[in-house]
Amino acid sequence: MKILVGIKRTVDPNVRIQVKADGSGVALESVKMSVNPFDEIALEEALRMREAGKAEEVIAVSVGSGECQDQLRTALAMGADRAILVQHDEPLEALVVAQVFVAIAAKEEPGIILLGKQAIDDDAGQTAQMTAALWNRAQATYASKIEIEGTKARVTREIDVGLDIIEVDLPAVISADLRLNEPRYVKLPDIMKAKRKPLAKTDLSELGVATENKLKVLKTSPPPARKPGRKVADEAELIGELRKTGLI
Amino acid sequence: MSEAIERDVMEYDVVVVGAGPAGLACAIRLKQLDPERSVCLLEKGSYVGAHILAGAVIEPEPLDELLPGWRDNPPPICIPVEKDDFYYLTRNKQFRSPMAPPQMNNHGNYIVSLSAMCQWLAPQAEDLGVEIYPGFAAAETLFNEQGQVMGVRTGDMGIAKDGSSKSGYTPGVDIHAKATVFAEGCRGSLTKALIRHFELDKDVAPQTYGIGLKELWQLPEGRVQPGLVQHTLGWPLPADTYGGGFIYHLDQDRVALGFVIGLDYPDPNLFPFECFQQLKHHPLLHDFLEGGTIISSGTRTLVEGGWQSMPIMEMPGALMVGDCGGTLNVPKIKGTHTAMRSAMIAAEHLHENALNPVGYDSMLRSSAVSRELKKVRNIRPGFRWGLWGGLVNAGFETVTMGLSPWTLTNHADHTATKKLSEYHGSTTDYRDRDLAPKDRLASVYYAATEHDEDQPVHLHVLDPEVCISTCVEEYNNPCTRFCPANVYEMVEDQNYERHLQINSANCVHCKTCDIKDPYGIITWVTPEGGAGPNYQNL
Repeated sequence: MKILVGIKRTVDPNVRIQVKADGSGVALESVKMSVNPFDEIALEEALRMREAGKAEEVIAVSVGSGECQDQLRTALAMGADRAILVQHDEPLEALVVAQVFVAIAAKEEPGIILLGKQAIDDDAGQTAQMTAALWNRAQATYASKIEIEGTKARVTREIDVGLDIIEVDLPAVISADLRLNEPRYVKLPDIMKAKRKPLAKTDLSELGVATENKLKVLKTSPPPARKPGRKVADEAELIGELRKTGLI
Repeated sequence: MSEAIERDVMEYDVVVVGAGPAGLACAIRLKQLDPERSVCLLEKGSYVGAHILAGAVIEPEPLDELLPGWRDNPPPICIPVEKDDFYYLTRNKQFRSPMAPPQMNNHGNYIVSLSAMCQWLAPQAEDLGVEIYPGFAAAETLFNEQGQVMGVRTGDMGIAKDGSSKSGYTPGVDIHAKATVFAEGCRGSLTKALIRHFELDKDVAPQTYGIGLKELWQLPEGRVQPGLVQHTLGWPLPADTYGGGFIYHLDQDRVALGFVIGLDYPDPNLFPFECFQQLKHHPLLHDFLEGGTIISSGTRTLVEGGWQSMPIMEMPGALMVGDCGGTLNVPKIKGTHTAMRSAMIAAEHLHENALNPVGYDSMLRSSAVSRELKKVRNIRPGFRWGLWGGLVNAGFETVTMGLSPWTLTNHADHTATKKLSEYHGSTTDYRDRDLAPKDRLASVYYAATEHDEDQPVHLHVLDPEVCISTCVEEYNNPCTRFCPANVYEMVEDQNYERHLQINSANCVHCKTCDIKDPYGIITWVTPEGGAGPNYQNL
């Protein structure tokens, strides 16, 4: 079984971002970029499946600018066998990316498309679901545990009321939640080896995917600044204030 | 750790520790001289530039030499200096000096973000074939059987706070090299131990340091004058303390501002973070900043010992370049050009001597770097006579071009702190503050510092008992003030007993504690690779 893993290049989660003064987006000049943390978790799970003998090959796929090669090399250093970069310089929305995964799946015939549940930059959280629909396969989203039994996957999902355990036929699309695993540390020698692993490049027209984005970002703005608090003298004043502001 | 850990070994011709301007310049030069040579560059920051913080006004000559075409493809922040202003501040007033000191004439120099500049240098080094590994800290020096340095070991990853292995435990790798170049910057943790081990400083004066705090601000349109360089002396520092502020006007309505204080300050109650914030609230700056937003902040120490404190820069199998050896020119308040030059000299020496470091020290000492440092050697130590005595001495040394037959010595900074009972000059007439950040924790947020909480504390306090038994009486626990990130806190437990709490996850890797703690019992070691601040454009 092959596993396709989506790798998105996003702003590093530890970096403080800044909204551009004209509201046209987030300033990314000399900002550290990383693999989307949920994609890292998806990759880790795919690698563990391969190490457990449940899969033969892990293929990392990224859709974006040429710079995404950095993140694909990280994926290869973590242990992916090979990588595919679908090069496109403009940002793409989930529906186009889902079409890309389906187009690649048609060629690679993976048993699982394993994706992060969302990307930390746009927080859309749609690609896995759209991919499953377009691919016409089952989806098991927000996985916190995955067990492969023959041609089926048992997936545990953390939901509001507890754990939801579902079983899907493979091939399927699975999206990784935060508690699925803790990704491994990349080893220095593996970073070196990753430089020699195969990284294929293709683009949307080669895959026959139309690039039409359906959404338009009108404005990006930082969250409003928090107003300073103030001290109250006693409980009575506190309750009075809360009443006044309609909080109780 | 048991001996049974199997470690990967990687072999290189040269391993360079630290991807600052010196480490990058050395690696680039080594590859330019011989493209076949294998060069590995380790960086503890999560990316190149993440731990780099400087003013910074730089002299461009070493860049011209290293990368002749750089002016066509300059670093992202690179503004020619247009004007130098020099101020003396009292609490409520400012006096602009009719002329700037000659060392501070910045005509032909550039204001850069050193962090962004290193980020810009890294891909150029990689294009030459340098293998750069950010996120990997050199945690230990490796020695061969003859006692020569034979490389470094990177830090283990995945060790829990109690020292046990976590599930993802990954042992560090051993990097063996024919020559090891230490370019760790000020108070490098490995170089500190090596200087002691090989007694490299036994014939020189103790090293002295400064602490430099910096912030980057975005201001409303029209306030910033790109290329304007302003320096201040005086308030809020007492005359017995060396230091001053800087305000560098960048492009796109950004301004870099900061405050440097000599760590030989005597006042045990001095609070460097507060001093910097007070400077921002001086009439010279308050209205200028008001309405702007802080983008990032950080702190780093700098070496101030100069020529007379420079240790022997070579040792068997290894050598030092840049500020871990102390090549900064204090009167110019510039170290990038000398650091890069020392690194290029090291690369050229290694190239010509089959990677043998022997002879590099004398080559460096007969170079322009050393001549430059020697000429100004007496200026910084003259400030032991206070601000005015220091300025008179600086004037004399400048006019005589450093030809005076004497060399003033330095004293170790941690011995310079006076006891509470001996010091009575603490400044207390501080202003109320309204500009961000309100405290050190807010400031740490703008440094974007990050450490996995479940890892061993990387600040080793030899005997925490001293904090409660002696230090509180003698010095009032100065670590709780000199640390710019509020790492050290004295807290009470349930039984109302005080003890030292180390919030190591806040650490911004400035090394002040390792230098200034009055008993010399704090040792800074590398935390897990990739941890620490994530500076942007500092």
